Amino acid sequence: MNFDFKQDHFSLFGLPRRFALDAGQLDSAWRTVAAQVHPDRYASAGDAEKRAALMMATHANEAYRTLKSPLARARYLLQLAGVDTQEDTNTSMPADFLMAQMEWREAIGEAKDEHDVAALEKLARDLQRDAAALQQHLGVALDDAGDLDGAAVLVRKLRFLEKLEQEIGDAIESLLF
Amino acid sequence: MALLQIAEPGLSAAPHQHRLAVGIDLGTTNSLVATVRSGAAGVLPDECGRSLLPSVVRYLDDGDVAVGFAAQAEQSRDPHNTIVSVKRFMGRGLADISEAAAQPYRFVDAPGMVQLITRAGPKSPVEISADILRALKQRAEASLGGELVGAVITVPAYFDDAQRQATKDAARLAGLNVLRLLNEPTAAAIAYGLDNSSEGVYVVYDLGGGTFDVSILKLTQGVFEVLSTSGDSALGGDDFDHRVYCWALAQAGLSGLNAHDSRLLLTCAREAKEALTEHASTHLTALLSDGQAIDLTLDQDTFRDITKTLVDKTLLPVRKALRDARIGVDDVKGVVMVGGATRMPHIQKAVGDLFGQTPLTNLDPDKVVALGAAMQANVLAGNKQDDDWLLLDVIPLSLGLETMGGLTEKIIPRNSTLPIARAQEFTTFKDGQTAMSIHVLQGERELVSDCRSLAQFVLRGIPPMVAGAARIRITFQVDADGLLAVSARELTSGVEAHIEVKPSYGLSDEEITRMLTDSLAHVQDDIEARKLREAIVDAESLADATRAAIAADGDLLSADELAAIEAGLGAVADAIAGNRTVAINEAAHQLNRLTETFAARRMDRNVQRALKGHNIAEL
Ligand SMILES: Nc1ncnc2c1ncn2[C@@H]1O[C@H](COP(=O)(O)OP(=O)(O)OP(=O)(O)O)[C@@H](O)[C@H]1O
Ligand SMILES: [Mg+2]
Repeated sequence: MNFDFKQDHFSLFGLPRRFALDAGQLDSAWRTVAAQVHPDRYASAGDAEKRAALMMATHANEAYRTLKSPLARARYLLQLAGVDTQEDTNTSMPADFLMAQMEWREAIGEAKDEHDVAALEKLARDLQRDAAALQQHLGVALDDAGDLDGAAVLVRKLRFLEKLEQEIGDAIESLLF
Repeated sequence: MALLQIAEPGLSAAPHQHRLAVGIDLGTTNSLVATVRSGAAGVLPDECGRSLLPSVVRYLDDGDVAVGFAAQAEQSRDPHNTIVSVKRFMGRGLADISEAAAQPYRFVDAPGMVQLITRAGPKSPVEISADILRALKQRAEASLGGELVGAVITVPAYFDDAQRQATKDAARLAGLNVLRLLNEPTAAAIAYGLDNSSEGVYVVYDLGGGTFDVSILKLTQGVFEVLSTSGDSALGGDDFDHRVYCWALAQAGLSGLNAHDSRLLLTCAREAKEALTEHASTHLTALLSDGQAIDLTLDQDTFRDITKTLVDKTLLPVRKALRDARIGVDDVKGVVMVGGATRMPHIQKAVGDLFGQTPLTNLDPDKVVALGAAMQANVLAGNKQDDDWLLLDVIPLSLGLETMGGLTEKIIPRNSTLPIARAQEFTTFKDGQTAMSIHVLQGERELVSDCRSLAQFVLRGIPPMVAGAARIRITFQVDADGLLAVSARELTSGVEAHIEVKPSYGLSDEEITRMLTDSLAHVQDDIEARKLREAIVDAESLADATRAAIAADGDLLSADELAAIEAGLGAVADAIAGNRTVAINEAAHQLNRLTETFAARRMDRNVQRALKGHNIAEL
């Protein structure tokens, strides 16, 4: 079956197509859509409806995941606008950003070597603050300035931070569990 | 089978007949079956009024099978042929089975899953579990007075794909139509949540006989959203028994008991453990086969000491689940205790201390899972049109693929909401490479050898190209039962390989069919008649539902489409008149195919309608 949602993720959830987003509204729209298409609603239906429900519920979950994460949401908005974020190909970054990256890496390595979970948790909080600042800029670039190239750079930066966050999370987990 | 699930005012399908559906808690130690009657969920007892069915199966001399109390009574007299805690072996190879769980059985390492040697021959854990499920099915049909349309079977939330698949196979083998595999803590949350109509974040701590689960759920307006789940599928009350057993061996200066004695002492250990829940100390007495008498006293303090590491072992997954859900203990509104082993006072204390609140124990920890499963079965069978709730569950363990150097690449991260699909592209490693071996894994560790191998298959026919030029896309789809299907496609040529992930562990469809026919060979005629009856009922309700769908949303169809569906309806009616199972199923299948696009359009329309209502409500 070749079903696909004609509308984009934003219209699927009845939300305006922009970076700034009311998280509570997204959550409740997702629940409303899920309540319609979840396979549990079709447990005793025919095979055709079961398959359609599986596909549509999968799609709704994917759309929700994409919009919920600021990085994925920004990437998606750029993709809708036909802009490639070049996250795997374009690694040129301003020198000060790269310096900061190296410092982060060192700090994480040190805290890890010292088995210092508290220090790792502090790093995670600091990182979240930096990420929040980037997200703020993304909002301006995407929603107000219409600066798509600038937004693509911000997406690449945010991607770096997300990787660092993942690294910290893995380190904390390996120490705790 | 009702096609029209979304009832609209004035257009609901034919007056609705109550469909018999049950929830089954297939436990390591005890199993239960429950159902909803006149709006209330209740456990169905046996003819002696007992709710629990001990999960014990004994293969008798005369070829009969005893299940439950009768089997349990003989377990130390006939240890090799009396299987307890078979759930611990579901979807497991010999290497996975701990020494504690292994005694006193004789295993063979069959492809896929271990088998146990009994006097009835080698038995797969799937077959043994099916014997338990069959007993529960008979109990339910006897007490409800009719055939079941389906069952919800519960599984530990932390069960991996192999264990889930094995459980589903067992249910099919027992002749049950599986409406859904439901995670045990989620089932418990339904039973609790609906009783208390709660909102907020709840933790379910489920320590049963052989498995430990923890789930963190957010309850909002009838939606049960699982935020994270964790656990240990080989940790439970059995391990506490084993600690007491080892303690007793050491105290009595014994080693290397025979099968009879070790089963006897394990049973004593369990009784002692349970007694210590109510009493400060207890006696362990047993008469071994060589005439030696054991008489020991165990007090609560000693018991707490020898089992402390087990209690601590449960708190680790709890912390992990909190971390994954990104919440702190202060955000937790209530902690629900499930499973017989949570009766132990030191467990309740440890959990209470961690969360800074007294855990909830107001529902019977033995029954709550079965009751929740029954409530969900009632909904899934279509008995409840309005006032439904929705379960959004997650996958407990990450799924990935083997890449170069024995490493795993994660494709679906743990705790993703189901259903989910993810695709990933890979490329060839050598010039002219025409085949690629694909190894599907589940688990959190980086090394392939530390993860569970779910399936291995080879994608052939890749057109020869230079290394790195081919593009192979592998898609993982996990359904609402948490079961995985994998497909692979070479994008430049379109070579496609589709597999259901189960070859490494689990039974093939042929094996299931063979087992089914073996076990039912003597009632072959009955089966044929029953198949025909089922085919007619299914086809008729499909036709009814299709007509109702046309009445409601016929405007979504073009004239041609409508004509095709009407022809399909005609074919179904003709086939039913012809009274031949194969033809009826074929016509129904055809009608199903014809209505696929229609089904999707209707669903889409319903989403739009629901959202509209939703947005207006919000303004
Ligand atoms: N009063 C009690 N004190 C301590 N332990 C108890 C008590 N009553 C039952 N148990 C233990 O609870 C366990 C069985 O619990 P339960 O019936 O919930 O497990 P299960 O559902 O069969 O297993 P699982 O959920 O792991 O598959 C056994 O280990 C049993 O000894
Ligand atoms: Mg249980």
